[in-house]
Amino acid sequence: MASHVVIDRTAKLVVIICASASFVVLGAIFVFTLREGMPAFQEIGLSNFLFGTEWRPGLGMFGILPMTVGSLLVTLGSMVLAIPVGIACAILLAEVASFRVRRILRPAIELLVGIPSVVYGLVGMMLIVPLVREIGGTGFSVLSASLVLMAMVLPTIISISEDSLRAVPKGYKEAALAMGATQWQMIWHVQLPAARSGIVAGIVLGMGRAIGETMAMIMVIGNAVVMPTSPLSPARTLTGNIAAEIMYAAGTHRSALFATGVVLFLLILVLNTVATFALKRGIRSQHVA
Amino acid sequence: MKTHLGKRRFILLMSSILTIGLVLSSTSCASSPTATPTEPTTPTGLSGTITEAGSTSVQPLAERLADVFMQMHPKVTVTIQGGGSSVGITSADEGTVDIGAASRELKPSEPPLVKHLLARDGIAIVTPPANTVTGLTKDEVRRIFADEVTNWSQVGGADAEIIVIAREEGSGTRGAFEEMVMGEDLITSNAILQLSNGAVRTTVSTTPNSIGFLSFGYLDTSVKALAVDGVEGTVENAKNGSYPIVRPLYFLTKEAPTGLGKEFIDFCLSAEGQSIVTDEGFIPVD
Repeated sequence: MASHVVIDRTAKLVVIICASASFVVLGAIFVFTLREGMPAFQEIGLSNFLFGTEWRPGLGMFGILPMTVGSLLVTLGSMVLAIPVGIACAILLAEVASFRVRRILRPAIELLVGIPSVVYGLVGMMLIVPLVREIGGTGFSVLSASLVLMAMVLPTIISISEDSLRAVPKGYKEAALAMGATQWQMIWHVQLPAARSGIVAGIVLGMGRAIGETMAMIMVIGNAVVMPTSPLSPARTLTGNIAAEIMYAAGTHRSALFATGVVLFLLILVLNTVATFALKRGIRSQHVA
Repeated sequence: MKTHLGKRRFILLMSSILTIGLVLSSTSCASSPTATPTEPTTPTGLSGTITEAGSTSVQPLAERLADVFMQMHPKVTVTIQGGGSSVGITSADEGTVDIGAASRELKPSEPPLVKHLLARDGIAIVTPPANTVTGLTKDEVRRIFADEVTNWSQVGGADAEIIVIAREEGSGTRGAFEEMVMGEDLITSNAILQLSNGAVRTTVSTTPNSIGFLSFGYLDTSVKALAVDGVEGTVENAKNGSYPIVRPLYFLTKEAPTGLGKEFIDFCLSAEGQSIVTDEGFIPVD
């Protein structure tokens, strides 16, 4: 009896410690980044920093707008490409494919998650960049980066979407088919709406990976600090900016890179909140309908 | 029931061991010093640790020198790190490494350090081998990187847009290139930036109509080095002073070096060290 209680309490304590550890880490990262970035905000000025379009640390110009736009465009581009492909693939795996096909496809897709991003970058540099160059420009572009990111976020979107499609109660499907719905009608009008929350969660996770990706982006996006004007123009992402210059930076420059980190942190926070909000609204409207 | 309980106990035990292990390993990581002070030279032989960090252009040469030095003195460990010239300067000044490395002159705003001229390095202007242009003047190079000349036909080549590839802000190679070629002009912000000599080489070799700059030590057959002001980019031409883009490679120390650090620097500047400098494609110091 007594040993049960002890075990229970110990277990509870361990769980609490582990849970608070992750929270402490998150808080510590934010506080540290903010503290290091604060001098930059003060010296450069918030609006000069956020809305300036020139980044020339040697001349004391620190404007990150082109990079914020770069990060957002690349993320948007990869999502536009990955969402239809990902959901289609999830439908194939969950509803259409035979057991044997699924047994090969699913592990293959899951394996994609384990490939290091530098390998994605290398393949992108050797394969995607020359292909995009055929369309126009240098090949080092927002489009190349979006294509590489698409490949990187697909596994997340596919596996979570497939799981949530499978989690839809069998009764829904059977009822739809019993009422004479074709398989496509059943998938489109019953399965997908019912699995919506899981699918959106997969998309939000994929988006988080996309905006935080660094190494692969540096290798294919060109890193030029220019406002991207077309999918074919080069750009720099916020993450790439930090990684490219932190080794060299000192003084205000170093602080400005930490400030870039703060902006990235807040950007991810806003994107996640917006996505979660959209998800909640989606579920509500689905229940009303 | 009993086995179930045993399993739970086992899991709990394992998780607490893991937690303790994590805490211990993190504290031990934090407490291990990043800079090891050099030990005094003993008459029977050298032993101890030397740390070096800085310019990525110096890195391959320093690694080679360190290898040979460690073969001569088996009890000595020399660790070579990259980071870039600015890192080399700050680390040497703050004392986090014994020796810093820089591949450019120190700016007046930077801390005064003791400079040891290790070698000189030419910066080659490179294009893909297929490019028909074989040479440019220094002024043409400047105008290309400043985005004033944008087509190869303007400098005697085919009618194709020039793709400019440069290094990131803070790189010693970029710093030296700006100082010696660009003068007051800025490298165009449209330039594709790559983060190392190796990445520039790969990008230039795989991107038709591109142009970039590389440390001599990184030249190979995948790219073509252009003649500048009519002078081929070779070690001989850099040594006799006719090649116009040559920069110094420095080892930096906070004070005049002593002990093991002095031994290593002396070795690098000796005839044997300088022959390694030549082997690695750099220009030895007279």
